[in-house]
Amino acid sequence: MKKIFPILPALSAILLIYASYQALKVAPTDALQGDVYRIIYYHVPSAWTAFLLFLINFVASITYLVWRNDKSDVLALVSAEVGVVFCTIVLVTGPIWARPVWGIWWAPGDIRLTSTLVLWLIYVSYLVLRKFSTSAQTQVMAAALAVFGALDVPLVYFSIWFFRTQHPQPVIGGGGSMDPRMLHTLLVSWLAFLLFAFLVCWSRYRLELLKRGVERAEAMESLVGAGAAATTSLPLGRSPR
Amino acid sequence: MNAFKFLVAAYVATWLIHGVYIGTLVARFRRLRARMRELGKGQ
Repeated sequence: MKKIFPILPALSAILLIYASYQALKVAPTDALQGDVYRIIYYHVPSAWTAFLLFLINFVASITYLVWRNDKSDVLALVSAEVGVVFCTIVLVTGPIWARPVWGIWWAPGDIRLTSTLVLWLIYVSYLVLRKFSTSAQTQVMAAALAVFGALDVPLVYFSIWFFRTQHPQPVIGGGGSMDPRMLHTLLVSWLAFLLFAFLVCWSRYRLELLKRGVERAEAMESLVGAGAAATTSLPLGRSPR
Repeated sequence: MNAFKFLVAAYVATWLIHGVYIGTLVARFRRLRARMRELGKGQ
Protein backbone atom coordinates (compact mmCIF):
# COMPACT_ATOMS: atom_id res chain seq x y z
CA MET A 1 0.00 0.00 0.00
CA LYS A 2 2.83 2.38 0.91
CA LYS A 3 4.43 1.85 -2.52
CA ILE A 4 1.30 2.60 -4.56
CA PHE A 5 0.01 5.37 -2.29
CA PRO A 6 2.17 8.18 -3.80
CA ILE A 7 0.81 7.55 -7.32
CA LEU A 8 -2.85 7.35 -6.24
CA PRO A 9 -3.36 11.13 -5.69
CA ALA A 10 -1.93 11.83 -9.16
CA LEU A 11 -4.12 9.10 -10.68
CA SER A 12 -7.14 10.45 -8.83
CA ALA A 13 -6.47 14.02 -10.05
CA ILE A 14 -6.06 12.85 -13.66
CA LEU A 15 -9.26 10.79 -13.45
CA LEU A 16 -11.22 13.69 -11.92
CA ILE A 17 -10.00 16.09 -14.63
CA TYR A 18 -10.85 13.52 -17.32
CA ALA A 19 -14.30 12.94 -15.79
CA SER A 20 -14.98 16.70 -15.64
CA TYR A 21 -13.87 17.06 -19.27
CA GLN A 22 -16.19 14.20 -20.29
CA ALA A 23 -19.03 15.74 -18.25
CA LEU A 24 -18.67 19.27 -19.61
CA LYS A 25 -17.48 18.70 -23.19
CA VAL A 26 -17.96 15.15 -24.46
CA ALA A 27 -21.34 14.06 -23.05
CA PRO A 28 -24.22 15.21 -25.28
CA THR A 29 -26.60 17.96 -24.19
CA ASP A 30 -29.95 16.81 -22.85
CA ALA A 31 -32.83 17.57 -25.22
CA LEU A 32 -35.17 18.73 -22.44
CA GLN A 33 -32.95 20.23 -19.75
CA GLY A 34 -30.08 21.58 -21.82
CA ASP A 35 -26.64 21.86 -20.22
CA VAL A 36 -27.86 22.12 -16.64
CA TYR A 37 -28.49 18.35 -16.59
CA ARG A 38 -24.66 17.97 -16.43
CA ILE A 39 -25.01 18.42 -12.65
CA ILE A 40 -25.94 14.71 -12.77
CA TYR A 41 -22.22 13.84 -13.20
CA TYR A 42 -21.45 15.26 -9.74
CA HIS A 43 -24.81 14.73 -8.02
CA VAL A 44 -25.42 11.03 -8.75
CA PRO A 45 -21.82 9.73 -8.23
CA SER A 46 -21.71 11.65 -4.93
CA ALA A 47 -24.96 9.95 -3.86
CA TRP A 48 -23.69 6.48 -4.83
CA THR A 49 -20.40 7.11 -3.01
CA ALA A 50 -22.25 8.28 0.12
CA PHE A 51 -24.44 5.15 0.06
CA LEU A 52 -21.36 2.94 -0.28
CA LEU A 53 -19.62 4.71 2.61
CA PHE A 54 -22.70 4.34 4.83
CA LEU A 55 -22.78 0.64 3.92
CA ILE A 56 -19.12 0.34 4.98
CA ASN A 57 -20.05 2.17 8.19
CA PHE A 58 -22.86 -0.36 8.77
CA VAL A 59 -20.57 -3.39 8.29
CA ALA A 60 -17.78 -1.87 10.40
CA SER A 61 -20.25 -1.03 13.19
CA ILE A 62 -21.60 -4.58 13.27
CA THR A 63 -18.03 -5.91 13.26
CA TYR A 64 -17.22 -3.62 16.20
CA LEU A 65 -20.33 -4.67 18.13
CA VAL A 66 -19.44 -8.35 17.68
CA TRP A 67 -15.65 -8.35 18.10
CA ARG A 68 -14.90 -4.93 19.71
CA ASN A 69 -12.12 -4.47 17.19
CA ASP A 70 -10.54 -0.99 17.44
CA LYS A 71 -9.78 -0.80 13.70
CA SER A 72 -13.43 -1.50 12.85
CA ASP A 73 -14.41 1.40 15.08
CA VAL A 74 -11.96 3.70 13.28
CA LEU A 75 -13.25 2.51 9.89
CA ALA A 76 -16.85 3.17 11.01
CA LEU A 77 -15.97 6.71 12.11
CA VAL A 78 -14.04 7.50 8.93
CA SER A 79 -16.68 6.12 6.54
CA ALA A 80 -19.43 8.06 8.34
CA GLU A 81 -17.46 11.31 8.24
CA VAL A 82 -16.55 11.09 4.55
CA GLY A 83 -20.07 9.79 3.79
CA VAL A 84 -21.54 12.93 5.39
CA VAL A 85 -19.30 15.07 3.16
CA PHE A 86 -20.61 13.33 0.01
CA CYS A 87 -24.20 13.41 1.30
CA THR A 88 -23.82 17.16 1.91
CA ILE A 89 -22.80 17.56 -1.74
CA VAL A 90 -25.94 15.64 -2.78
CA LEU A 91 -28.13 17.91 -0.64
CA VAL A 92 -26.45 21.06 -2.01
CA THR A 93 -26.26 20.14 -5.71
CA GLY A 94 -29.81 18.68 -5.72
CA PRO A 95 -31.61 21.98 -5.01
CA ILE A 96 -29.22 23.85 -7.37
CA TRP A 97 -30.33 21.43 -10.10
CA ALA A 98 -34.00 21.50 -9.06
CA ARG A 99 -34.35 25.29 -9.24
CA PRO A 100 -33.97 25.67 -13.05
CA VAL A 101 -35.67 22.33 -13.85
CA TRP A 102 -38.59 22.16 -11.39
CA GLY A 103 -38.82 25.87 -10.68
CA ILE A 104 -38.38 25.26 -6.93
CA TRP A 105 -35.36 24.66 -4.72
CA TRP A 106 -36.98 21.95 -2.59
CA ALA A 107 -40.17 19.90 -2.85
CA PRO A 108 -41.55 19.76 0.72
CA GLY A 109 -42.86 16.32 1.63
CA ASP A 110 -41.12 14.57 -1.27
CA ILE A 111 -40.04 11.17 0.07
CA ARG A 112 -36.70 11.05 -1.78
CA LEU A 113 -35.63 14.49 -0.66
CA THR A 114 -36.91 14.12 2.90
CA SER A 115 -35.39 10.67 3.45
CA THR A 116 -32.02 11.93 2.13
CA LEU A 117 -32.16 14.86 4.55
CA VAL A 118 -33.04 12.45 7.39
CA LEU A 119 -30.12 10.21 6.36
CA TRP A 120 -27.76 13.19 6.54
CA LEU A 121 -29.15 14.20 9.95
CA ILE A 122 -28.72 10.64 11.30
CA TYR A 123 -25.04 10.53 10.36
CA VAL A 124 -24.42 14.10 11.56
CA SER A 125 -25.95 12.99 14.91
CA TYR A 126 -23.62 9.97 14.84
CA LEU A 127 -20.59 12.27 14.41
CA VAL A 128 -21.83 14.70 17.10
CA LEU A 129 -22.34 11.77 19.49
CA ARG A 130 -18.82 10.53 18.84
CA LYS A 131 -17.27 13.97 19.26
CA PHE A 132 -19.02 15.21 22.39
CA SER A 133 -20.04 12.15 24.40
CA THR A 134 -17.77 11.49 27.38
CA SER A 135 -19.35 8.12 28.23
CA ALA A 136 -17.14 5.03 28.23
CA GLN A 137 -19.84 3.40 26.07
CA THR A 138 -19.74 6.02 23.31
CA GLN A 139 -18.33 3.66 20.70
CA VAL A 140 -21.01 1.03 21.42
CA MET A 141 -23.81 3.61 21.35
CA ALA A 142 -22.47 5.07 18.09
CA ALA A 143 -22.25 1.60 16.52
CA ALA A 144 -25.85 0.85 17.54
CA LEU A 145 -27.01 4.20 16.10
CA ALA A 146 -25.14 3.42 12.87
CA VAL A 147 -26.88 0.04 12.52
CA PHE A 148 -30.31 1.68 12.82
CA GLY A 149 -29.25 4.66 10.70
CA ALA A 150 -28.26 2.36 7.86
CA LEU A 151 -31.90 1.27 7.57
CA ASP A 152 -32.59 4.65 5.96
CA VAL A 153 -30.19 3.94 3.05
CA PRO A 154 -32.48 1.41 1.26
CA LEU A 155 -35.45 3.68 1.99
CA VAL A 156 -33.68 6.57 0.23
CA TYR A 157 -32.58 4.38 -2.68
CA PHE A 158 -35.87 2.58 -3.33
CA SER A 159 -38.20 5.46 -2.46
CA ILE A 160 -38.43 6.54 -6.10
CA TRP A 161 -39.61 3.06 -7.06
CA PHE A 162 -42.29 2.70 -4.42
CA PHE A 163 -43.62 6.25 -3.99
CA ARG A 164 -44.79 9.02 -6.29
CA THR A 165 -42.08 11.63 -6.12
CA GLN A 166 -40.90 14.76 -7.87
CA HIS A 167 -37.43 13.20 -8.14
CA PRO A 168 -36.65 11.50 -11.51
CA GLN A 169 -36.61 7.70 -11.79
CA PRO A 170 -33.21 5.94 -11.34
CA VAL A 171 -30.81 6.26 -14.27
CA ILE A 172 -29.73 2.63 -13.96
CA GLY A 173 -32.12 -0.25 -13.36
CA GLY A 174 -35.20 1.94 -13.33
CA GLY A 175 -36.51 0.96 -16.75
CA GLY A 176 -35.50 4.27 -18.33
CA SER A 177 -33.01 4.65 -21.15
CA MET A 178 -29.84 6.72 -21.22
CA ASP A 179 -27.54 7.67 -24.08
CA PRO A 180 -24.47 5.36 -23.91
CA ARG A 181 -22.12 8.39 -23.92
CA MET A 182 -24.00 9.83 -20.93
CA LEU A 183 -23.86 6.49 -19.13
CA HIS A 184 -20.13 6.15 -19.87
CA THR A 185 -19.47 9.66 -18.48
CA LEU A 186 -21.56 8.91 -15.40
CA LEU A 187 -19.62 5.72 -14.67
CA VAL A 188 -16.25 7.45 -15.27
CA SER A 189 -17.31 10.22 -12.86
CA TRP A 190 -18.30 7.65 -10.26
CA LEU A 191 -14.96 5.85 -10.63
CA ALA A 192 -13.13 9.17 -10.20
CA PHE A 193 -15.13 10.07 -7.09
CA LEU A 194 -14.68 6.55 -5.69
CA LEU A 195 -10.90 6.77 -5.98
CA PHE A 196 -10.95 10.27 -4.49
CA ALA A 197 -13.17 9.06 -1.59
CA PHE A 198 -10.82 6.12 -0.99
CA LEU A 199 -7.84 8.49 -0.74
CA VAL A 200 -9.65 10.84 1.64
CA CYS A 201 -10.79 7.87 3.77
CA TRP A 202 -7.28 6.44 3.84
CA SER A 203 -5.80 9.79 4.98
CA ARG A 204 -8.52 10.21 7.62
CA TYR A 205 -7.96 6.62 8.80
CA ARG A 206 -4.21 7.22 9.27
CA LEU A 207 -4.97 10.51 11.04
CA GLU A 208 -7.37 8.83 13.47
CA LEU A 209 -4.87 6.04 14.27
CA LEU A 210 -2.18 8.68 14.85
CA LYS A 211 -4.54 10.70 17.10
CA ARG A 212 -5.38 7.66 19.21
CA GLY A 213 -1.66 6.84 19.49
CA VAL A 214 -0.89 10.38 20.68
CA GLU A 215 -3.76 10.24 23.19
CA ARG A 216 -2.42 6.96 24.58
CA ALA A 217 1.10 8.42 24.81
CA GLU A 218 -0.25 11.53 26.59
CA ALA A 219 -2.18 9.36 29.03
CA MET A 220 0.96 7.31 29.72
CA GLU A 221 3.02 10.47 30.20
CA SER A 222 0.54 11.93 32.66
CA LEU A 223 0.53 8.61 34.56
CA VAL A 224 4.33 8.54 34.66
CA GLY A 225 4.33 12.24 35.62
CA ALA A 226 1.86 11.60 38.43
CA GLY A 227 3.98 8.66 39.63
CA ALA A 228 7.15 10.78 39.57
CA ALA A 229 5.38 13.62 41.40
CA ALA A 230 4.21 11.19 44.08
CA THR A 231 7.78 9.85 44.48
CA THR A 232 9.36 13.30 44.70
CA SER A 233 6.73 14.49 47.16
CA LEU A 234 7.57 11.69 49.61
CA PRO A 235 10.49 13.46 51.33
CA LEU A 236 8.40 16.58 51.68
CA GLY A 237 5.72 14.49 53.30
CA ARG A 238 8.04 13.38 56.14
CA SER A 239 7.33 14.82 59.50
CA PRO A 240 10.09 17.13 60.85
CA ARG A 241 12.35 15.74 63.56
CA MET B 1 -27.41 31.06 -20.14
CA ASN B 2 -29.18 31.41 -16.82
CA ALA B 3 -29.20 27.62 -16.38
CA PHE B 4 -25.44 27.58 -17.02
CA LYS B 5 -24.98 29.59 -13.80
CA PHE B 6 -26.65 26.76 -11.87
CA LEU B 7 -24.29 24.22 -13.45
CA VAL B 8 -21.25 26.30 -12.47
CA ALA B 9 -22.69 26.84 -8.97
CA ALA B 10 -23.15 23.08 -8.46
CA TYR B 11 -19.59 22.25 -9.59
CA VAL B 12 -18.07 25.06 -7.51
CA ALA B 13 -20.12 24.06 -4.44
CA THR B 14 -18.92 20.43 -4.77
CA TRP B 15 -15.23 21.37 -4.80
CA LEU B 16 -15.74 24.00 -2.12
CA ILE B 17 -17.18 21.36 0.23
CA HIS B 18 -14.35 18.92 -0.55
CA GLY B 19 -11.80 21.73 -0.13
CA VAL B 20 -13.18 22.77 3.26
CA TYR B 21 -13.17 19.16 4.47
CA ILE B 22 -9.60 18.53 3.28
CA GLY B 23 -8.63 21.84 4.93
CA THR B 24 -9.98 20.60 8.26
CA LEU B 25 -8.01 17.34 7.84
CA VAL B 26 -4.79 19.29 7.22
CA ALA B 27 -5.49 21.52 10.27
CA ARG B 28 -6.15 18.47 12.44
CA PHE B 29 -2.93 16.85 11.22
CA ARG B 30 -0.94 20.03 12.06
CA ARG B 31 -2.42 20.19 15.56
CA LEU B 32 -1.56 16.53 16.07
CA ARG B 33 2.02 17.11 14.92
CA ALA B 34 2.35 19.99 17.38
CA ARG B 35 1.09 17.71 20.18
CA MET B 36 3.61 15.05 19.12
CA ARG B 37 6.42 17.65 19.30
CA GLU B 38 5.27 18.64 22.79
CA LEU B 39 5.28 14.98 23.80
CA GLY B 40 8.78 14.56 22.37
CA LYS B 41 10.05 17.56 24.38
CA GLY B 42 8.55 16.18 27.58
CA GLN B 43 10.44 12.90 27.30
